[in-house]
Amino acid sequence: MTHKANTTAARAWATESPLTAPSAEKLSPTDCLVTAKAELWQAGDGGQDMADGTRPVLEARGIVKVFGQHRALDGVDFAVHPGEVHALLGENGAGKSTLIKILTGAYQPDGGEIFLDGTPLRFTDPLDAQGSGIGTVYQEVNLLPNRSVAENLFLGRQPTRFGLVARKAIVTEATALMAAYGLDIDVRAELGSFSVAVQQIVAIARAVELSGKVLVLDEPTASLDRNEVAKLFEVVAKLKARGLGIIFITHFLDQVFAVADRVTILRNGQLIGTRDLSTLTATEVVRMMLGKDLAYGHSTLPVMEAATGPEKVTFTGLGRAGRVAPFTLSLHAGEVVGVAGLLGSGRTEMARLMFGVDTADTGEITVDGTRVSLRNPAQAVRAGFGFCPEDRKVDGIFGELSVRENIVIALQAKLGWFRALRRDEQDEIAGRYADELDIRAANHDMPVKLLSGGNQQKVILARWLANDPTFLILDEPTRGIDVGAHAEIVRTITRLREEGLALLVISSELDEVVAYSNRVVVMRDRQMVAELHGEDITPAVIVAAIADNRDALEAQT
Amino acid sequence: MNRALRPLLATTAIFLLAYVAAVLQYPSMLSTRVLGNFLTDNAFLGIAAVGMTFVILSGGIDLSVGAVIGFSTVLIATLIMWAGLHPLMAFAITLVTAACFGAVMGAAIHYLKVPSFIVTLAGMFLARGGASVLSPDSIGIKHDLYTSISRSYVLLPGGGRLTVIAMIMLAVFALGIVLAHRTRFGSYVYALGGNETSAALMGVPVARTTILVYTLSSTLAGLAGIVFSLYTSAGYSLSALGVELDAIAAVVIGGTLLTGGYGFVAGTFIGVMLQGLVQTYIVFDGTLSSWWTKIVIGGLLFLFILLQRLVFSAAAPQKAGFGSRKKAFRKS
Repeated sequence: MTHKANTTAARAWATESPLTAPSAEKLSPTDCLVTAKAELWQAGDGGQDMADGTRPVLEARGIVKVFGQHRALDGVDFAVHPGEVHALLGENGAGKSTLIKILTGAYQPDGGEIFLDGTPLRFTDPLDAQGSGIGTVYQEVNLLPNRSVAENLFLGRQPTRFGLVARKAIVTEATALMAAYGLDIDVRAELGSFSVAVQQIVAIARAVELSGKVLVLDEPTASLDRNEVAKLFEVVAKLKARGLGIIFITHFLDQVFAVADRVTILRNGQLIGTRDLSTLTATEVVRMMLGKDLAYGHSTLPVMEAATGPEKVTFTGLGRAGRVAPFTLSLHAGEVVGVAGLLGSGRTEMARLMFGVDTADTGEITVDGTRVSLRNPAQAVRAGFGFCPEDRKVDGIFGELSVRENIVIALQAKLGWFRALRRDEQDEIAGRYADELDIRAANHDMPVKLLSGGNQQKVILARWLANDPTFLILDEPTRGIDVGAHAEIVRTITRLREEGLALLVISSELDEVVAYSNRVVVMRDRQMVAELHGEDITPAVIVAAIADNRDALEAQT
Repeated sequence: MNRALRPLLATTAIFLLAYVAAVLQYPSMLSTRVLGNFLTDNAFLGIAAVGMTFVILSGGIDLSVGAVIGFSTVLIATLIMWAGLHPLMAFAITLVTAACFGAVMGAAIHYLKVPSFIVTLAGMFLARGGASVLSPDSIGIKHDLYTSISRSYVLLPGGGRLTVIAMIMLAVFALGIVLAHRTRFGSYVYALGGNETSAALMGVPVARTTILVYTLSSTLAGLAGIVFSLYTSAGYSLSALGVELDAIAAVVIGGTLLTGGYGFVAGTFIGVMLQGLVQTYIVFDGTLSSWWTKIVIGGLLFLFILLQRLVFSAAAPQKAGFGSRKKAFRKS
């Protein structure tokens, strides 16, 4: 599988790249003083007319969008010129997606105007916007995986002869079109049989063919590996040369600098500024996005291996054939053990074994010196374990249930059928943990799916904390949540450790792992390959351990 | 190879093997007579199954088919025998009524966002009940047209008879194949079955397509009713009980994915023929209960659902599959 190799390469590259994760260390306290004057960038309005004096192909002026009490967008100006790649940045909840939905016709603005080629107009729905020249490609490819590439390109506008679809013409045209995008593929094959990158390019080709003025790329690279991203950027560069206005939304700052000409930054529904990227550094961009100090609250120096409490949980020779090689690990009260390793290195599989999601073939588990058998998660919960899984939306939250119900559900499960929590008890528990973890929800009866990723993660944390656990497993707790919420989750982890919990935290963000771990174990090829202590807990050593670079390791130690 | 073709090839192979096995045991089964009877006896099922194929391809289900066939036979019988209309007039009225019935169901499914299962279940009760209200008893149809149609056939080499209703079925299949694979409507149906949200974003007229799919299914059920009345020369409110389930079985055995998006109209034809083969075998055998047909069909259905699981879970391309695929990607 080249996929695996590519992903591996991409991840290693991502973790090394200083631009990928806006990390706290990069902001010195003096920088933060400057940040406080965020108004500085409000003056960035001058950037509006910077792009070589051409008329914007798509322009929004003074856009206001109100949801209930909440002003999602408050007088935002935005303009994209022909032949430019314009990045749109902001934390989750900044109003990026609302603005995009207004520009592509999915939402109607409550105020402000949209101009296409200088003419004011309103889009009734995405199809209308598409017909007017604005094509959108989403992260989740919105095409038909069950149909051929050719049909995906031509659906709804197939050339017909005598009322019948002219299949040969479609195949010829589609092949030519794909060749223009640098893809030599059999256009008669099912779209679903191609990689996400190819599907993404097919989606771009369709959007450009149908629209041809503005292309909106909404996090198109989220599930691509490094080579695929490069391929996609080639396509973007070609389209830019063709004179399309391209709006590019992403969480990866290095990609913004790689591909975009200008950037517009939103925060809390406000326009922070539109700037030429050549005049900005990554740190400045992060500061504009956050507008606040991103320090983790506690020291960002590696946590010393403190004289931790008594041994809480011990896994001896735990393993499962084909998933994780037997490993031995014990965790003490008041200790965070970080787990580093590439995706697919067996990190998640290890967590699943520990929590009884998968049953182990070998090994034993002792909790507080007593041997326990964990054949399913319910037994693990009874033993005082908690598990925040990696894929929050699929395995973690109950989207339709309220914040309160999501918090009490594990506790209720533990209590069993016959001891239902009374409503006031539920309210009390939910309220307590929502306060403690600073869960920002309008009220605790709103469906949890409406919350931001960071708040959802806190709800899951609250669920386990309500169970009064002794051992908590967090699998990628900061994935897919915005930068500000990252820092809060990290703070929470540190606090829980200080309160005496044993925690196992799996993360790809090495800066974070370093910030909160007493010890770090490294997984590679489904094996635990290293355990790092004290001084060794630095990103460089971890990367070397992951990469199996013995020389580098020895040099470091 | 296109994954969607695999179940179809499997069905074809099983049909051929079963036919060869049956012929080895009863050599007389290899004749155009048997073939002609195959087609005639299953004509109404085949026609209804074509409509069902479109519904299932679009990601829905139509449980009203059998009831609409029953209702149509009664409507035709009453119009001809009681109202004294010419059969052709009665046929036209029946087709229009069935089409409207399907359009209303399709509109309810789309606009009220009710699952097709529920809407067509209601449709099934309505049609069956309506038929019983028209006439609870069987009405024999006596008309010159009926006599002449049932007497006319094309003589096949070997003495087999290709009857009018068999020809109607073959024509419906031919038109169905063209409609599914060579028209925009066909591509819209597959699009709906693939992913309705994406289809809507790509400009597929979701409302019109959904309504048309159920209109087509009910119209074909009406036509199947006409064929059934020609086949039995009667109209009876309880005729064609459970035919919708036979049709679903034929569609699934024919290689169409029950969740929509993948399949072929031609496969449904083989699915119908396979059911006919089992029935014929039982007739030839003479000692087996006719219920063995159901058992064999049940076994086949199970086999094919298993087969589809194997073929399509290898790399599920459905919307949900994207997530799981990404996961596999991440954890591989």
